[in-house]
Amino acid sequence: MEKILVKKERNPLKTTLHTIYYLIVFGLIFWGFGGIEYKGIMQTAASSINALLDGFINPDLAYATNTTIDGLPYAILETIAIAISGTFVSAIISIPFALLASQNIVGQKVSKVGKLIVTMIRTFPELILALIFISVVGPGAPAGILALGIHSIGMLAKLFSEAIESMDMGVKEALESCGGNYFEVLFRAVLPQVSPELISYTLYRFEINMRAASTLGLVGAGGIGAPLIFAIRTRSWERAAIIIIVLVVTVTIIDQISGRIRKKLV
Amino acid sequence: MEKITVPKPRRLRRNLTILTVTLLIVGSAWFAGFNLFEVIGNLYKGSRLLGRMFFPPDISYVPRIISPMLETIQMALVGTFIGALVALPTAVLAANNFIKTKWLHVPLRFILNILRTIPAMVLASLFVAVFGLGAFSGVVALAIFTFGLISKLTFESIEAIDYGQVEALMSLGANKMNVLRYAIIPQILPQYTSYTIYGFEVNIRAAAVLGWVGAGGIGQTLEYNLAWRNFDRVGTIIIFSFAIVLIIDLVSSAIRKRLV
Amino acid sequence: MIKFVNVSKTYPNGVEALKNINLEIKEGEFVAIIGLSGAGKSTLLRLINKLIESTGGEVFFDGASVTKAKGRDLINIRRQIGMIFQGFNIVKRMSVLSNVLSGRVAYHPTWKTILGLFPEEDKQIAYRALQRVDILEKVHNRASDLSGGQQQRVAIARALAQEPKLMLADEPVASLDPITTVQVMDYLKKINTEDGITTVANLHHVDLAWNYATRVVGVREGRIVYDVLRKDMKKAQFFADLEKVYGRPLTHDEILGDE
Repeated sequence: MEKILVKKERNPLKTTLHTIYYLIVFGLIFWGFGGIEYKGIMQTAASSINALLDGFINPDLAYATNTTIDGLPYAILETIAIAISGTFVSAIISIPFALLASQNIVGQKVSKVGKLIVTMIRTFPELILALIFISVVGPGAPAGILALGIHSIGMLAKLFSEAIESMDMGVKEALESCGGNYFEVLFRAVLPQVSPELISYTLYRFEINMRAASTLGLVGAGGIGAPLIFAIRTRSWERAAIIIIVLVVTVTIIDQISGRIRKKLV
Repeated sequence: MEKITVPKPRRLRRNLTILTVTLLIVGSAWFAGFNLFEVIGNLYKGSRLLGRMFFPPDISYVPRIISPMLETIQMALVGTFIGALVALPTAVLAANNFIKTKWLHVPLRFILNILRTIPAMVLASLFVAVFGLGAFSGVVALAIFTFGLISKLTFESIEAIDYGQVEALMSLGANKMNVLRYAIIPQILPQYTSYTIYGFEVNIRAAAVLGWVGAGGIGQTLEYNLAWRNFDRVGTIIIFSFAIVLIIDLVSSAIRKRLV
Repeated sequence: MIKFVNVSKTYPNGVEALKNINLEIKEGEFVAIIGLSGAGKSTLLRLINKLIESTGGEVFFDGASVTKAKGRDLINIRRQIGMIFQGFNIVKRMSVLSNVLSGRVAYHPTWKTILGLFPEEDKQIAYRALQRVDILEKVHNRASDLSGGQQQRVAIARALAQEPKLMLADEPVASLDPITTVQVMDYLKKINTEDGITTVANLHHVDLAWNYATRVVGVREGRIVYDVLRKDMKKAQFFADLEKVYGRPLTHDEILGDE
C-alpha cells in the first residue's frame, strides 16, 4: 500500500515563543532557589521540632478555659468580632466602589479609573494599614477592624464588580423601559439581581478575614494574633499548641457554616 | 372601583435574618470596643503619620531595598513552585472521581483544611522558631500554604471535569495512568496553571510581610525601619513593594486571561 | 401614535441595522413585526422608547420627539410605554408584587420608590394588573417560584401597572411552550382590544402574526418590505408574500399551527 504522507504543521514563531516562555519560567525558578540560604538548619531544628510536638501532645488547657480577659476564649471572640464587623461593614461600603468599577454601569472610562482605585486599595498591605490605624485609635481591636474593613473594600469591590459586569442586563433594561432613573434601576433591578453573589462573596471574604484577623493581632491590632506569636517566640509550645488547635477548630466551624449558607444562596 | 384585598405576606423569616445579622455586626463592633466618634476624632493622627511616610519618602533608600525585595520575590517563586508541584499529585489523590477510595480522601482533605486554616504568618513564625531567621523559613511556610491553597482549588477542578472523556478512555481499555494523562490532566491544566499564578500573586504579598516575623525578605527591612521609627523609609518600602506587586499583578492577570 | 421618520441605525461596529425607516402606527392597532433574526426587529422596537438611540432620522411618540427627549421628558415618555421581553426580565429574588410595583416608579419621587413606599392606590393598581392576567394569588410569591409563562404574565402586569398607552413586546413568547404561548398571546390581545392599548410585537412565528395581529409589518435587512392590514390579507397570498420577508417561500412545516 502506498504510504500516506501528511505535512506536519509547524509554526516556527509559536514554538519559539513557547520555548522562550518556558526558559523564562525555569530561569526564574532557578534564580529563586539560588537566593535562599540553606544554612546548617537541621541541627537546631530537630530539638525544636521535638519540643513543638510535645507541646501539641500536652496543650495548655488552663489557658483555654480561662474565661477572663486574659484567656483564650476572650481572644478568639475578639478575633471573630473583628472579622465580623470588618467584613460586613466593608461589604456595604464596597458597593459604591464596585459600581464605579463596573463597565456596564458607568461606562469604559470611569470604570477603568474605578478599577485602578480598587486595585490600589487591595494592594496596600493589611499590616501597614493596621499600623496606620493603630496610630489613629491606639492599639487594640478597633484598629484591626478598620484595617480589615478598608482592605476588604479592595477585595470585595473587585469581586462585586465582576459579578455586576457579568450579570444579565435584562432587568436593568426592563426597569429603564418603565421609566426608572439611575437610582431606581440600581436599587430595584441591579442590586437585587446580584445580591446572592454579593452575599456569597462577602461570606467568602469573611472566611479569609477570620485568618487575617488572627494575624493582625501580631502588630497589636487585637485578637488572638498577639498571644499566639508571643507564645511561639518564647517557645511556650504548650500555649502555642492550644491556641493553634482552638483557632483551627473555630475557623473550620465558621468555614462550614459559611459554606453551607453560600450553597443555599446559589 | 372596588378595593382589592390581599393576604399579608409572611415576612418572619426574612426579618428575623436581617435582625440577627444586624445584631451580630453591631454587637461585634461594640465588643471590640469600636467607637465611631473616637475614630473620626482621631483621624488627623493617621494623616500625620501618612505625611511622615509619604511626603516625602526617603528616595535615597531605594538602592538598599532592592536586595531584600529580590529575596522576597525569590521566596515567592520558590514557595509557589514547590507548593504547586506537590499540590498536583495531592489534588489527584484527593479528588473523589479518580481514585475512589474514601479512606484516602477524607484524611487528605482534612489535612488540607487544617493547613489552609492556619494563617501564613503563624506558619512562618513557627518555622522561624524551628529553622531560625531567614528566607528558608519563609519559603517553607509559603510552600505549605500554597500547597494547601492549590490542592483545594485543583481537586475541585478535577471533580468538575467532563467525566465523559474519562469514560470514553476507560471504555477503550486505558488504565488509570493513561486516563490521568489523556483525560484528566489536559482538562485541568489551564486551570491548574491559573491557580498557580494566582498563588504566586498571593505569595508575593504574603512574602512581603512574612519578613515581619523574621522570615526574610522586605518584611524584615520594614519591621526594622518601623522599630527605629524611620517612617520616611517605611514610606519608600511601601511604595516600592506596592509598585512591584502591581506590576506582577498586571502581568499575571494578563497571562491568566490568555489561559482560560 | 408612533411615527418613524427616515430613521436609520448603524451600530458602532458598522452594522447597518435599520435603513431609512418610515412607519406610522395608529392608536389601538396590534402590529406584528416579523422577519429573520438580525433583520432589525429588536432595534426597531427599542428605538420607540429610546433604549437604543438612532443614528439618523427621528422617532415620535404621541407627537413628541423621542429622539430628542432627555431626562425627565424621556422618563415621562417611557412610563407611558410598557415593554415585555423574551427573557421576561423579572427580578427573580423580589416578590411578584414588588416586581409589578416597579412599573410605577416613574410616577413618584425616587426616594420613595427606593424605600418601597408606594401609596395604597399604586398597590391597588398592581393588584388589578395582576388580576387582569389571572395571577393575583401569587402576589407575595418570590418571582423565581413561578413558571416561565407565569413570569411573563407578571411582566405583563408590570407593564399594565404603568397604565400605558403603548405596549411593546420583544419576542414575548419565544421562550415558552406552545400552550403557554397561546395563553400569553391571548392576554396581549385581550389588553389590546379591551383596554385599547396599542401593541407592537416582534414575533418569531408567522402563524401568531396571522392569528393575533391587526397589521403585519415585515422587516428584512433593515428595511420594511411588507406592511399590510390583517383584514386585507388572504392566507394563500400572505404565505406567498412571506418570500419578501424571509428571502424564500416558507414550507408548510416551517409554519406552526394549523391551517
